[in-house]
Amino acid sequence: MLFSTEQHRLLEEKAFTVRQHIIRMATGGGCFIGASLSAADLLVYLYSGFLHIDKSSLDHEDRDYLFLSKGHDVPALYGTLAEAGIINRERLQNHLSIDDHIYWHPNTRVSGIEFHSGSLGHLPSVAIGVAMDIKIRQGNNRVICILGDGELNEGTCWEAMLVAQAYKLDNLVFVVDRNQFQANVATEELIPLEPLTDKFAAFGAAVQRINGHDFAAIDKAFSACTPQGKPHVIIADTVRGKGLPSIESRADRWFCNFSGEEIDQLLAELDGSRPALLTSETLVVR
Amino acid sequence: MPYEQLLSETALADERYVVMTAENRALVRNMPRILGNRFIDTGITEQTMIGAAAGLALRGRIPVVHALTAFLTMRAFEFIRTDIGIANLPVKLSGFIPGFLSDANGPTHQAIEDISLMRGIPHMEVYAPADEDDLEQMLPAIWASPHPAYVRINTRPGSFKHEPFEPGKAELIATGDDITLLTYGLMLEQTLLAADILRGEGKSVGIVNMRSLKPVDEKAILQAADSRLMVTIEDHFLTGGLYSIVAETLLKHRVTANVLPFALKDKWFKPALLPDVLQFEGFTGKQIAEEILGYEVGRESVRTQPNEFAE
Repeated sequence: MLFSTEQHRLLEEKAFTVRQHIIRMATGGGCFIGASLSAADLLVYLYSGFLHIDKSSLDHEDRDYLFLSKGHDVPALYGTLAEAGIINRERLQNHLSIDDHIYWHPNTRVSGIEFHSGSLGHLPSVAIGVAMDIKIRQGNNRVICILGDGELNEGTCWEAMLVAQAYKLDNLVFVVDRNQFQANVATEELIPLEPLTDKFAAFGAAVQRINGHDFAAIDKAFSACTPQGKPHVIIADTVRGKGLPSIESRADRWFCNFSGEEIDQLLAELDGSRPALLTSETLVVR
Repeated sequence: MPYEQLLSETALADERYVVMTAENRALVRNMPRILGNRFIDTGITEQTMIGAAAGLALRGRIPVVHALTAFLTMRAFEFIRTDIGIANLPVKLSGFIPGFLSDANGPTHQAIEDISLMRGIPHMEVYAPADEDDLEQMLPAIWASPHPAYVRINTRPGSFKHEPFEPGKAELIATGDDITLLTYGLMLEQTLLAADILRGEGKSVGIVNMRSLKPVDEKAILQAADSRLMVTIEDHFLTGGLYSIVAETLLKHRVTANVLPFALKDKWFKPALLPDVLQFEGFTGKQIAEEILGYEVGRESVRTQPNEFAE
């Protein structure tokens, strides 16, 4: 994708709005705010032109597919779907309401969500099934499956890697939201994952490792996921709680249920940590 | 006594205990500090954790293992059945957020078939405490048993002071000629509310906290069949839970009865916060009482004496 300064600025704007949506869902019962903020930039990028998914093509056989396997980050997807015009923004206010289906894990009652998740290590295999059918039908659509790094503990993730390379599923991209944490502890302090690039490469994948908050890097990586006879893996290094320095990279900021007053403070904090709006000059400096 | 305190006292008093988790630490946050290398967190690997628990038990340990009930009893089901069940090893399964307690998590996290699955495994014992006090009464005997056991962990504070526990025995809270309410776990709270309303309508109401679903207290079930209406109340699928246990028990003893079940009838429940879930699904004490009052007892229950071929 050609990536103009204006497009870059729009992505930053949209990501900021999605983070506001996420923060507003972290009250009245709460949500998994840390994991949602780490995945926000990836989702915003994917739904801003890369994926062939829009409101009119949600059930088209040749649409691209996005599977959110880690599940806890669904507030980021709710927010992104709202900004992409796939669900109404007003619906986000129904988070946890008995009258809607906007709850702590993804489900297909929300337009744009392809499959339910929450039990870790399931969607890599579901994504494989979809990618296999696309191959059988000789389609060109792509399948993206977003995984948490903690989720990689589950053995089924690695079974899926074996099967994906056996069937040469080069239309399939596994994205690891590498925010360094599982629910309660840092991954490397419990079940170390590194060297993660080497592990995926040994399983036969084409692996890229990027900064998962840098839109130019994200764009470059996804644009490189062309058919090469092997499944793709993008390890996106991210920060849990990204955008809110007071909760960033904190083991105890996984699931949070804040008071209304705290939400106002967090929204102000997000605003304060907002990078200066990109202009052609600042982009050159970067 | 909170769950974690009871567990740490038990484990500190007996070196055989090891505490394991598949990275669910809600119930065992301080265990790494208290137990050192007798605390084992295998990461998000329910199957590997169960296999490892079997290995530890082979070496004489009593593993108390923790995970969200849905993933413990279902993802690792075949490992529980094969590595723990076939070998009859004393592995103690502590399942977190069973039944309605998974509130707004959604169907992936709803364990409402756990009683059915676990009681189908030979040697496996199945327990469901009503609240934190009940949990404290029950766990020492469960952990001391030489058999594998599954516990629907419920650490919510309750208003009821429970009797001492004996495996295989229900807690008879009240007896009544008109209606007997049988329940377990979280639903005792709403059952007590329903009983109050029914008594206000002049009914004679019995209440049974089942506690031990396997081995089950057959005598308590048969006694309940003497009242004009038996009601089973559970946050579980209709299939395989208390309603099924009652049906199996009555059939075994050749007893017929009027039984009204409150259970999830072939559907997952609507995800939301717990009070909204209870209301939406019709499981508040008030809704239960109203449905019971509207239920016509068609005929007097017929009690058939066991014939010569019965046990």
